[in-house]
Amino acid sequence: MAKITLNINKKEYPMEADPQMPLLWAIRDLAGLKGTKYGCGVAQCGACVVHLDGEAVRSCVTKVSRAAGKQVVTIEGLSETNSHPAQLAWQEIDVPQCGYCHSGQIMSAAVLLREKPDPTDQDIDDAMAGNICRCGTYLRIRKAIHLAADMQKKTTTKG
Amino acid sequence: MKQDPSNRANQFVSLKAALFVSILLFIFAVGASAFRKDAPVKEVSLNIINRDSTESVKAFETVYKTLMSPRCMNCHPAGNVPLQGDDSHLHAMAPKRGVEGKGVSAMKCSNCHQETNTPGLHMPPGNPEWHLPPATMKMVFEGKSAHELAEQLMDKKKNGNKDIKKLIEHADDGLVLAGWNPGEGRTLPPVTHAEFKKAWITWLQTGAYAPKK
Repeated sequence: MAKITLNINKKEYPMEADPQMPLLWAIRDLAGLKGTKYGCGVAQCGACVVHLDGEAVRSCVTKVSRAAGKQVVTIEGLSETNSHPAQLAWQEIDVPQCGYCHSGQIMSAAVLLREKPDPTDQDIDDAMAGNICRCGTYLRIRKAIHLAADMQKKTTTKG
Repeated sequence: MKQDPSNRANQFVSLKAALFVSILLFIFAVGASAFRKDAPVKEVSLNIINRDSTESVKAFETVYKTLMSPRCMNCHPAGNVPLQGDDSHLHAMAPKRGVEGKGVSAMKCSNCHQETNTPGLHMPPGNPEWHLPPATMKMVFEGKSAHELAEQLMDKKKNGNKDIKKLIEHADDGLVLAGWNPGEGRTLPPVTHAEFKKAWITWLQTGAYAPKK
């Protein structure tokens, strides 16, 4: 065990943890942020995606030690008022069915929208191929990402 | 037999003349070649190359079977998706190479592949530099014959502009070494890293001959 302080959603979380422990457990059990989900535990499904210094890492295989000194952002911290274009579009399209995978889906989509503000269907497939949805909401996810891109463009134009 | 002294003098003059003409010709030849635009520039290598096509081709047999093993070939695919497993199937989730070989947007290699192997069966292997060759230098192994692979490895336009020295150094590259530390449940390359490196250097230093096929 070691004393580690994680910066999650711009807030400091001092904790005692095994540096080898998955970041997911630190987020859920030590910081108490339950929005990030455990899916497969082997980096195959994407339910546990959080941002680590802006990259969409899988927190189930990312060690706590890797996150020390970096900025962790979870679904709770993606925006202050659930107003990230991906969150708004997800609500507008009513994307989720069971919803379990969607915090991971939205966190991956947010990175795509930052790096490719006007993604094609192919860009969406390439970026989202690692996020599995057992309910099969893929077509709505794609539609929502296109809508989020439009919303983002309008915000940028206004700003 | 006695020689005529005047003949000896003539011989001395002609020798001097011949030497003078030779020096002139040499200077002219050097000067002319320096101004030829298409003059081939030979690279000077400090490595001693003892050309031996038989030994070279024999050494490449070990190099080839190593590079075509899953631990090496899986990250040198013919397409833009890495391969996985001992059967070299397409990587689950079909992550794309990207420009730098490090993946794209939400699907970057280091999102799953950590700096070290993640413990456990079927867990992502790790390395700080985990990546495919970049899009500008794909260095494809998959599907290549021994002849094609040898030619490609020596082609500076396809090997990242590596000369013999850099190619030899590449045997100790961190990701090359990672092939011999593949993580739980993955088979090792067919020879040890030391055996591979010995064959690699032998192949290069005996002329890097490509097998006929």
